[in-house]
Amino acid sequence: MGDTLHINSGGVAQNSYDAIVIGSGISGGWAAKELCEHGLKTLVLERGKDVVHLKDYPTATKNPWDFPHRADAFPVEFAKENPVVSKCYAFSEASQHFFVKDNEHPYIQEKPFDWIRGYQVGGKSLLWARQTQRWSKFDFEGPARDGFGDWPIRYDDLAPWYSHVELFAGISGNKDGVETLPDGEFLPPWEMNCPEKEMQQKIMAGFTNRYVVQGRCAHLTQPKEIHIQQGRNQCQARSLCERGCPFGGYFSSNASTLPWAQKTGNLTIRPHSVVHSIIYDEQKGKATGVRVIDAETKKSTDFFAKIIFVNAACLNSNLILLNSTSKRFPNGLGNDHDVLGKYMAFHNYRGTLFASYDGPQDKYYYGRRPTQPMMPNFRNVYKQETDFLRGYMTFYSVFRSRTYPTEGEQIGGAYKDAMGEAGDWYVSMMMQGETVPKATNHVRLSPDKKDAWGIPQLVTSIDYDDNDVKLLKDFLTHGSEMLEKAGCKNISQNDSKQAPGLDIHEMGGIRMGKDPKTSMLNGWNQLHACKNVFVTDGSSMHSTSTQNPSLTYMALTARAANYAAEQLKKGSPL
Amino acid sequence: MNRRDALSRVALILGGTIIGAEAFLSGCKNTSHPKSLADAFSLDNIAFLDEVGETILPTTASSPGAKDAKIGEFMKTIVTDCYEPKDQNTFVEGIGKLNDASKAKFSKDFMDLSAQQKHDLLVDLDKEAKDYNKKRKEGDPNHYFAMMKQLTVWGYFTSEPGATKALRYVPVPGRYEGCIPYKKGDKAWAL
Repeated sequence: MGDTLHINSGGVAQNSYDAIVIGSGISGGWAAKELCEHGLKTLVLERGKDVVHLKDYPTATKNPWDFPHRADAFPVEFAKENPVVSKCYAFSEASQHFFVKDNEHPYIQEKPFDWIRGYQVGGKSLLWARQTQRWSKFDFEGPARDGFGDWPIRYDDLAPWYSHVELFAGISGNKDGVETLPDGEFLPPWEMNCPEKEMQQKIMAGFTNRYVVQGRCAHLTQPKEIHIQQGRNQCQARSLCERGCPFGGYFSSNASTLPWAQKTGNLTIRPHSVVHSIIYDEQKGKATGVRVIDAETKKSTDFFAKIIFVNAACLNSNLILLNSTSKRFPNGLGNDHDVLGKYMAFHNYRGTLFASYDGPQDKYYYGRRPTQPMMPNFRNVYKQETDFLRGYMTFYSVFRSRTYPTEGEQIGGAYKDAMGEAGDWYVSMMMQGETVPKATNHVRLSPDKKDAWGIPQLVTSIDYDDNDVKLLKDFLTHGSEMLEKAGCKNISQNDSKQAPGLDIHEMGGIRMGKDPKTSMLNGWNQLHACKNVFVTDGSSMHSTSTQNPSLTYMALTARAANYAAEQLKKGSPL
Repeated sequence: MNRRDALSRVALILGGTIIGAEAFLSGCKNTSHPKSLADAFSLDNIAFLDEVGETILPTTASSPGAKDAKIGEFMKTIVTDCYEPKDQNTFVEGIGKLNDASKAKFSKDFMDLSAQQKHDLLVDLDKEAKDYNKKRKEGDPNHYFAMMKQLTVWGYFTSEPGATKALRYVPVPGRYEGCIPYKKGDKAWAL
């Protein structure tokens, strides 16, 4: 398909740009911003609808009682028709318009995989959980130490780019000086509540080399000049983020990078543009453009550019490369060795703990905070010490429930008034475990099933293994110990057994790597075998670490985009 | 952990009987409605359910009651949209059963009882539902009064009068403070 130029209605010149970015989510938005700032005429292709900051947040200021089911439950047939998306924690009556419904984009689960998607300008940057830790040197060194790979870069390569994206996006956090969780360019941190502080002290006093720090998140606790220039305001602590924020209080492509790119005059955003494939020119030995199918008319159009950034989100980026076949690359663009689609990994979120806490009855908190205390990984950090590889990040939060009387008459005025008061304190704790990428965890194209746009459906074949189960058990054991040490009671352990995917941290398939024989991308996120194509979203990850990944996607993207722009300026062959 | 999960866990710790309906805890799953459903939610029956809700959570000096929150309409919406057919049947039959219980205790229809009589009847039914739930085995039907009570509590505290008058509703807090004083009697946050 990709080896012949397609005649298109607009003609080559009219459809030509300096750069094409596929996808407008967190990483696509960053690619667009950096490339446009370098003066490159940039086309952003988005398969979903347009979502304009402020204008297209229809539920942003609604009250619970404005929703028929109070945004707590789903309408009738909905859950049955949407078994995947209705499992997502962020999905509700209030945010459902930003999620892909199951039947809108079918895929084949060879093994259960909950694929959560947001098809619109801004992608999942409207819906993300906004926790933004830097990865530590241990995270980048892990695969080589443990013998399952090797990142082509290290922490020091990325550190200046972390700073670059943090300053613009606005990251709140405390400078904690913890080796396993490098400090960044922070806005003031969110406060811990009283019981969280008490627990922090007890855990850190009770265990060596375990740190409890306040979470770092992409919320403007105190906007700086650069954020005011973006038209964004201080986070109002509403915690209704996944509806889109009318204050621009958290970082999204819609509130931040895309309007910034727009201001340069170099940006064109084309919604409803489903990417079919990347066009490879056999003579030139490089990619020349992107074939797009209009989501609504299903008409095919080709667009051309000198460089192409693939930021369609992990699985769809894999799908696009797998579907970009040519004489040179019969098995997908850049796939000389059958690595494409393989070494998929994700985060293990199965373990949660719940407990009660004898917190102060004369203390409360005000506002709804978008983060919580976190504990950087303390397992296998300096050396291998368990019967499983890698480790996990731990999060906990303490909240004060309303009063629920359990004695006396539970009917009538006294009962009602009692329930209007604050009650006991409860703790929830969760894990974010690293999973080890394996060739067997993969995605591939269905040989016969296609979607509504004539593109092969994706087959997901991704599962947990023994290592994940051991790591889960370790978290439940150590988490319980820490809760006990911190004075918690009624500790209950839970294994959700949730399928991979529900973590929405799927990574890999187009992985970076030191060795071109076992990886798709080099240290600049360029395809080894087709250097003018850059992939900088989650699909490029060589390992998952125990940290939330989005900040790293941003930093990798900004770094790669600046590199690409500089190479173009220098006239270096790409 | 999101709000839905957290509240569900609190409900579990407290015996699983406090917050919301089954629908709230598990998501709505039904596919069809019994024919009798439209009849069950006649205007008369919505007024009946308003009265049940108002008896569970009545107007007090500090806040309005469940009738102000249009609790009968809320029960109709959730039962119709979100309940399994067998739970819908239990609920619908429960309207008649509650009235029968009224006749058995006071020889009067529920709607004709004094406020105190309504209260006394529902205290009995609340106890009956709790005793039933203690012995309830997997697969046994839910108790109709447990449903009515859960829907009332859930619907009331997420309604405008419930959230703004019985709780403190601050749609735009503007900031977060980790430790503020609290004294007995202060209202809890609505969100």
